Amino acid sequence: MSLLIPDSGLLFWMLISFGVVFFLLAKFGFPIITKSVEKRRGYIEDSLEDARKAKIQLAKVEEDSKAIVAEANKEQGRVLNEAVEQRDKILANAKEEASKISQKELDTAKAQIQKEKEEAMLSIRREVAALSCDIAEKIIRQKLSSEEAQMDMIEKMLDEVSTLTKAEKTA
Amino acid sequence: MRRFRYILLLLALMLSPQLIFAEEEKHEELNVQEIIFEHMLDSYSWHVTKIGEKDIVIYLPVILYSKTSGWHVFSSRRLHENGGSYEGFYPADQESAHAGKLMEKMADGTMVRPIDLSLTKMALALLINGALVLLLFLPAARWYRKHEDDREAVPGKYVSFVEMIVTLVEDSIVKPCVGKNYRKFSPYLLTAFFFIFTCNLMSLIPFFPGGVGVTANMSITLFLAACTFIAVNVFGSREYWKEIVWPDVPTWLKVPIPIMPFIEFIGIFTKPIALMIRLFANMLGGHMAMLVLTVLIFIGFSAGKVLGGSMTFLSVLFNIFMNALEVLVAFIQAYVFTLLSSVFIGSAQVEHHKKELKIDKE
Repeated sequence: MSLLIPDSGLLFWMLISFGVVFFLLAKFGFPIITKSVEKRRGYIEDSLEDARKAKIQLAKVEEDSKAIVAEANKEQGRVLNEAVEQRDKILANAKEEASKISQKELDTAKAQIQKEKEEAMLSIRREVAALSCDIAEKIIRQKLSSEEAQMDMIEKMLDEVSTLTKAEKTA
Repeated sequence: MRRFRYILLLLALMLSPQLIFAEEEKHEELNVQEIIFEHMLDSYSWHVTKIGEKDIVIYLPVILYSKTSGWHVFSSRRLHENGGSYEGFYPADQESAHAGKLMEKMADGTMVRPIDLSLTKMALALLINGALVLLLFLPAARWYRKHEDDREAVPGKYVSFVEMIVTLVEDSIVKPCVGKNYRKFSPYLLTAFFFIFTCNLMSLIPFFPGGVGVTANMSITLFLAACTFIAVNVFGSREYWKEIVWPDVPTWLKVPIPIMPFIEFIGIFTKPIALMIRLFANMLGGHMAMLVLTVLIFIGFSAGKVLGGSMTFLSVLFNIFMNALEVLVAFIQAYVFTLLSSVFIGSAQVEHHKKELKIDKE
């Protein structure tokens, strides 16, 4: 029967042993363990969340970079096309301009040549006239070396002038 | 529990048949009840083992306080030397309620039980088990304190193991059963769990530091149940007390004769008593079964060698089974005690139970 009756002495020792164990563990044991475990749990959760966010961000960045590269490629193509166009245009322009200038130069050269030609013709005529005058003078001098020849000449000239004035008067 | 010693002894005896007869002649009367109760009850000394004819006994201090003669402190060796009695203290009658305890013989011849604070076998076992629990957790706690600010510290095997068992109890018992106030009760419930579990396991070890069925003792389970009782009722919410004094039942059940409050009031005490009896009875039952199975060997041999031999075989077989079962029971009982304590504490933490219901209905 004594098995069923609680014993005060044993209760006392139980109080001491359980009490000490409880006190020490409640003060220095379990709270720090559970707190640390909870803290670590929170940390792990945070880290996982961060990793998830980073992953999403990375995916976004990747997408962005792809878009940027695509955009750049497009831009490059556009710029190249434009450059080719521009080049063609410039070339065409330059050709046109060059042909215009050369035409103009050609024209001025032609005009110059014409002018010079005319001037040359003129001076040649003058020369020829002066020369022919000289020659004529010389011939005339030779022809009019005698007195009779000079009188004939004067006569003839006078005739001529008088016919000329008559003609003028009649006219 | 000295059945291992018995088994070893028995194996030795089987090798020398002549000895068996000698043993039989010595112990003609086999008092099964006495053997079993000797193992289940507390004692003033700790019989460790027997080497040859020599008993190895740890004599523990006897501390008594008598109202007439004051304090008496002496080693239990004195009791052993003087045939069980010393300084006017005599062992109680086997049939009395204090069997195995010391009684003081008064001048008029009556026997009075003194205040007995002796460090008995069970008291020592309690201290050893308590020390083991501390030894298990304090170094781990120190590791945590050391790495408090280091969030990326990786615990080793031992600390991980401690963490695993602590979180097992806290996450599967304390948190769901106590509710949102669990932090306040978690240290007690964890201590109770590991103390009971350690005591249960230690009681299964058949040699010195173990082998004492402390949780199969009413004093221990009474103490633990009282702790739960305090945790439930001292920290109970106002709502909890309101439900006891003025439960939510038809008025005629509580006004002229307070039937429901009376039942609720009884309930306050039946819960911890159920806790106390459950743990005690389960552990006692298991130990008793193992002891009986061991004693069967001796009963068998007292009937004859052949019966004894076969009985030994069966007994060892059943004892292995029982031991395995008891390891399971050791865990289950610690678990159940903690679980029910948590449930009782949790049920005393109710708050604005009715208001919530009304909101739900709306």
